[in-house]
Amino acid sequence: MQHRPDGGTKAVISREALQQLIEALSAENCRVLGPTVRDGAIVYDEIAQVGNLPAGWTDRQEAGRYHLERREDDALFGFAVGPQSWKQFLHPPVETLWTARQGDDGISIATDRSETPIFAFIGVRACELHAIAIQDRVFLDGPYRDVTYGMRRQDAFIVAVNCGNAAATCFCASMGTGPKVDAGFDLALTELIDATRHEFVVEVGSEAGGDLLDRLPHRPAANADLLAAEAVIARTQSAMGRRLETDGLKELLQANLNHPRWDEVAARCLACGNCTSVCPTCFCTTVEDHSDLMGSSAERIRKWDSCFTLDFSYLHGGSVRTTASSRYRQWMTHKLASWIDQFGTSGCVGCGRCITWCPVGIDITAEAAAIRATPQSRKGEPHGGT
Amino acid sequence: MVPESVSAAASLPDPFVPQIYRVGRLRRELHDTVTLELAPSAGRRPAFRPGQFNMLYVFGVGEIAVSLSGDSTDETHFVHTVRDVGAVSKAITELGTGATIGLRGPFGVGWPVEAAEGSDVVLVAGGLGLAPLRPAIYHILANRVRYGRVVILFGSRNPHDMLYRHELEEWRQHLDISIEVTVDHAEADWHGNVGVVPALIPRATFDRHNTIALVCGPEVMMRYSASALAEAGVPPERIYLSMERNMKCAIGLCGHCQFGPTFICKDGPVMQFARIAKIFAIREV
Ligand SMILES: Cc1cc2nc3c(=O)[nH]c(=O)nc-3n(C[C@H](O)[C@H](O)[C@H](O)COP(=O)(O)OP(=O)(O)OC[C@H]3O[C@@H](n4cnc5c(N)ncnc54)[C@H](O)[C@@H]3O)c2cc1C
Ligand code: SF4
Ligand code: SF4
Ligand code: FES
Repeated sequence: MQHRPDGGTKAVISREALQQLIEALSAENCRVLGPTVRDGAIVYDEIAQVGNLPAGWTDRQEAGRYHLERREDDALFGFAVGPQSWKQFLHPPVETLWTARQGDDGISIATDRSETPIFAFIGVRACELHAIAIQDRVFLDGPYRDVTYGMRRQDAFIVAVNCGNAAATCFCASMGTGPKVDAGFDLALTELIDATRHEFVVEVGSEAGGDLLDRLPHRPAANADLLAAEAVIARTQSAMGRRLETDGLKELLQANLNHPRWDEVAARCLACGNCTSVCPTCFCTTVEDHSDLMGSSAERIRKWDSCFTLDFSYLHGGSVRTTASSRYRQWMTHKLASWIDQFGTSGCVGCGRCITWCPVGIDITAEAAAIRATPQSRKGEPHGGT
Repeated sequence: MVPESVSAAASLPDPFVPQIYRVGRLRRELHDTVTLELAPSAGRRPAFRPGQFNMLYVFGVGEIAVSLSGDSTDETHFVHTVRDVGAVSKAITELGTGATIGLRGPFGVGWPVEAAEGSDVVLVAGGLGLAPLRPAIYHILANRVRYGRVVILFGSRNPHDMLYRHELEEWRQHLDISIEVTVDHAEADWHGNVGVVPALIPRATFDRHNTIALVCGPEVMMRYSASALAEAGVPPERIYLSMERNMKCAIGLCGHCQFGPTFICKDGPVMQFARIAKIFAIREV
């Protein structure tokens, strides 16, 4: 979908128009996905109507802790982010890469792309748009491109939302990834809710977004609406629960690969890999090969993997990273340092998920700060980078 | 909204899907090591550069990284030398002539054989590490006048498990190339060197100001070899190592082969020592 030259058009829609938006996307055979409450958390799932959204709920997050609370209003997007991200749809946890058959004349290999869904995502946060843009770089900008990711990605329709709440674990402001959405959406909403109204300022980000808005009841945004939307974002920005100092962070970490803090964090880390599965940018996968009992057909399956497992670095004779300290170091230095060498961007968007969902509450911002407070090697010391 | 690169990707061939190859001639090199010729079941064999590798898939078993070990100018088939160490490598060594196999590649950055022209070339190999160096040796021998002295330093576990033994003997007898071999263990009938391969480096004859060194073998062996070469006066920009890390995709998408800021599958496997020396010195990177 092409960027609209007159992009940036702003309008105001009602809660009812949001319902029509969902219906219009469903009518175009999109799988409409958005936040909904399930098992005490806000997860992303099929959304048939506005009523499926988490009206009146908010999340309370701290290192190792998450719970939902009732809000005083009926805001639909009055929370931050849950344990899941859009990664599970664009880069699914399990995917069949291809199927092989053993025939009389040997093997043959085929792919099946007939089931590729068209996604519509409702309620994508600024940090999540950045996470999607980061995975786009990983999967699509290298010498080899991930074809199935590209197919799922190219048709995805994205309705973003500016955050009206920051969790205590959020630090997108330090990462330059939020709370205001800046690019990568078809439509972006800002929820305006008070005693007198419940409306959404809509910003158009693409031609497809503009076409859809044209089909919904809307009125042009007045200056007062725009100011109210700006105020929502400013309030969220100032309520940011955490901070990560990124200045010189890559050089600092890469010069401190032998810092005693890695052992210290390893004494707490369970190497469970929760942080990698909740992270919206972590992209690592492994593969499994299965064959049927007859031995006539076999498939190759790709699955999310975690650098916290021993198998991840296995070479014949043993793993390269046997200690938890080397595995935590691999994860954190990848996110905050080597990602920049590899993809020209940090691998962290400051969503805070790894902090909230770590069973022992290990906090990436605190770990980085601890190394900054006691560097063992001079910052900026040259090392074996690219 | 979708960046342009996204729409472009969907129309490309899928780099995860192997091509079908047929096993041609086989040669048992050692009790656990086999060399196979693989010819494409359709079309031409793609070109490769010495030091590159392919991903070989055995039906229902799995897929592993294996270096090209044959002559890059022979355009009919790929040659691979595989040692049985686990499920997939075992299955490959058990394939018969005529069997089919999935193949993706060639991948990665190879040996700097062109950049080495005009220099002495020291090739340091440990065990199976000689296999990825063999295409470089063929290339250098085919273009012998373009190189200075050519020295092969090879370490093997014992005289009986010596990879490409006959070929080494032929090269030594008939060609302008100096070959030193050492073994870890030997019986009384072995009259050659005993000890580790890095120990051969200080005794080898080459112009330290104008040498390119190519090193391949187990990581410890490469560590000591790179140090010995540096001590002998070869600058770290002129020492190249073929690195190994777990590989699942070979195309920069699975994350497994990371080595600090690099991906061994696409930035390597052959890496300039100067580029990796700092992280190479740190444990468990
Ligand atoms: C660039 C490169 C070139 C190589 N060239 C050769 C060669 O020419 N000949 C040869 O015999 N072997 C070569 N290897 C090593 C070969 O890939 C491993 O021996 C093989 O992966 C072992 O798999 P397995 O299933 O038989 O054994 P297991 O020990 O059961 O391995 C299980 C899995 O771990 C991974 N793995 C284990 N060891 C390695 C390893 N050393 N490197 C990468 N992944 C590994 C693989 O995904 C493998 O399927 C090369 C490896 C790399 C990275
Ligand atoms: S590293 Fe943590 S805070 Fe950063 S993007 Fe991943 S889950 Fe979010
Ligand atoms: S940092 Fe926390 S979530 Fe991540 S592997 Fe360690 S214990 Fe698990
Ligand atoms: S082997 Fe998958 S990224 Fe290198």
